[in-house]
Amino acid sequence: MALTEVAPIVTARLRHPDSHTLERYLATGGYDGLRRALRMEPEQVAEEVNAASLLGRGGAGFPAGRKWSMLRKAPVRYLVVNGDESEPATFKDHLLIERDPHAIIEGTLIAAYANQVTQAFIFVRGEFALGLERMQGALNEAYAHGAVGRDIFGSGFSVDVVLHPGAGAYIAGEETGLLESLEGKRAFPRIKPPYFPAAIGLYGEPTVVNNTETMANLPWIVQHGGHAFAALGQGSSTGTRLFALSGHVRRPGNYELEMAKTTFRDLIFAPVLGGGVRGGRQLKAFIPGGVSAPWFGPDQIDLPLSQDEVGKAGSMLGSGSVVVMDDQTCVVRAAWRIVRFFYRESCGQCTPCREGAGWIEKVVRRIEEGSGREQDLDLLLDVCDNISPGLSWPPQQTTICVLGPSIPSSIVWAIRMFRDEFLVHIKEGACPYG
Amino acid sequence: MARLTAETVAQARELMSLYPDSRSALVPICHLAQAQEGWLNPEAMEHIAEIMELTPAEVLGTASFYEMLRTEPVGRYMVSVCTNIACLLNGGYELLEHAEERLDISVGATTPDGMFTIEEAECIAYCDRAPCLQVNHRFFGPVSDERFDTLVEDLASGRLDDDVPPHGVLCRVRREGGLAVPAEQVRAERAAADQARDERAAAAQAERS
Repeated sequence: MALTEVAPIVTARLRHPDSHTLERYLATGGYDGLRRALRMEPEQVAEEVNAASLLGRGGAGFPAGRKWSMLRKAPVRYLVVNGDESEPATFKDHLLIERDPHAIIEGTLIAAYANQVTQAFIFVRGEFALGLERMQGALNEAYAHGAVGRDIFGSGFSVDVVLHPGAGAYIAGEETGLLESLEGKRAFPRIKPPYFPAAIGLYGEPTVVNNTETMANLPWIVQHGGHAFAALGQGSSTGTRLFALSGHVRRPGNYELEMAKTTFRDLIFAPVLGGGVRGGRQLKAFIPGGVSAPWFGPDQIDLPLSQDEVGKAGSMLGSGSVVVMDDQTCVVRAAWRIVRFFYRESCGQCTPCREGAGWIEKVVRRIEEGSGREQDLDLLLDVCDNISPGLSWPPQQTTICVLGPSIPSSIVWAIRMFRDEFLVHIKEGACPYG
Repeated sequence: MARLTAETVAQARELMSLYPDSRSALVPICHLAQAQEGWLNPEAMEHIAEIMELTPAEVLGTASFYEMLRTEPVGRYMVSVCTNIACLLNGGYELLEHAEERLDISVGATTPDGMFTIEEAECIAYCDRAPCLQVNHRFFGPVSDERFDTLVEDLASGRLDDDVPPHGVLCRVRREGGLAVPAEQVRAERAAADQARDERAAAAQAERS
């Protein structure tokens, strides 16, 4: 499979060092999509996004257009843009927020118009200090330019956009946790049903929650038409997508690629992309879509970067982050660090998640430190099974939100793929990789 | 000094006015208050409660949930070393160990001169620059042991004062511009526009049939 020559959609502007300024934004076609949208009926704008089949870029991959179509009719409606990017090894929204904030704002305004919302909020992860400065700076510029606020570009459409900072909580990225956080509370995910904030969201009103990268695609979709976007990619995976590549590769970074037309092999090994495994080592395993995803081995490397294909193969494209592990990686330690993350970030509402993550973390740590017991692997799988019965993919859920069922992935797949390595740790009380 | 300054109070009131429910401003206001002394002392939280018409327990209840909001004093520079998966694979724990040795404190502690606190951070979304860290939430990476030592010297001598402002990620964030009309007016206009569109659609429908 060859790399396709598709012009970038969300990273086109980033070659300019001043890509975050209004001046550069306007010089590169900025706010033309919004002007065009404002001349259309809101329903037409939504129809273009539907035609684009734009899958949400946050992690769940739910079609943005369908999310919008579920929005309950009401006098007050909200839009919340999720820029709380915290999935480990995912760093694409971070890039867009710092380097192209106007594109996110323009997308937000297009979505606000299409859904006729009364107020919009851009929620940016608190740790992105520069991102918060850049986003507010861009909003200030956009207000002065007449692109946001009262009577936008003389269209009669008015909407206020408020930048809201997070304060360090992975769970605030879950959409109902995000809404709780935005309401000034602990970011506890809400009990479902209602399943979608489109019915009952922020302050109990119908709310659209979309990811940052999803927003950044909207100006292009309005300008070029939904069908042009849908012509890129394959099947349900349309358009381009940012893939955040990290770990043991020569050239880690964000790469915008046409969906489904590129494989993991291309992403990891192509000289213009990942450039191969570092230090001339071999590929041991990779995580295809954020640390909530089941791992893949080298035998899966020719899978295309397609939501459907990766799903069928038993994992997910998730947040679009790919972590590469070389043949010297201690998988016990890697799996331990991932479960430790979930343990620290569990909000504590549901027993399987709060207690399960803690026990798994302790047991894997003791294996890693050389004090493991023979029955530990069965114990681990049993605890995992209590969190997500059946240990299947997509996972069963025993908790309010999907953080719970994300916990077993790394542990279960690491054990299934590298059982011998766990046993060496247990039997010899030491790590073969030192 | 423990209570909020007049300027912070003014900013807090401005933030409260941006939301349909003023409680939404609680987290941003905590960020602002934290800029004063680096942490949310009890007096500051009481003052926030007073301004927002909440109880101090409600303020603490929210603040204590979030990693970035501190209810204990910290040093002038919060050094957050990431050890999550991408950094783990690139020497994040070795960097954390070096940081502990160089500053002669362990994770969670503050140097006796009050300059540095070290914490072990979860992924800070800078994975292509692993191993990475933040100082007062400003990014640095990739960080070798030598780069860490230089960074510490530069911070201590004040050479990085412009790049690494004090605590409070909102200390350089100020909103300019806004709706300029009451939110109710936007809602009324929206309702009128919705109705006009429905009527147009109904008329078009009638014409077709």
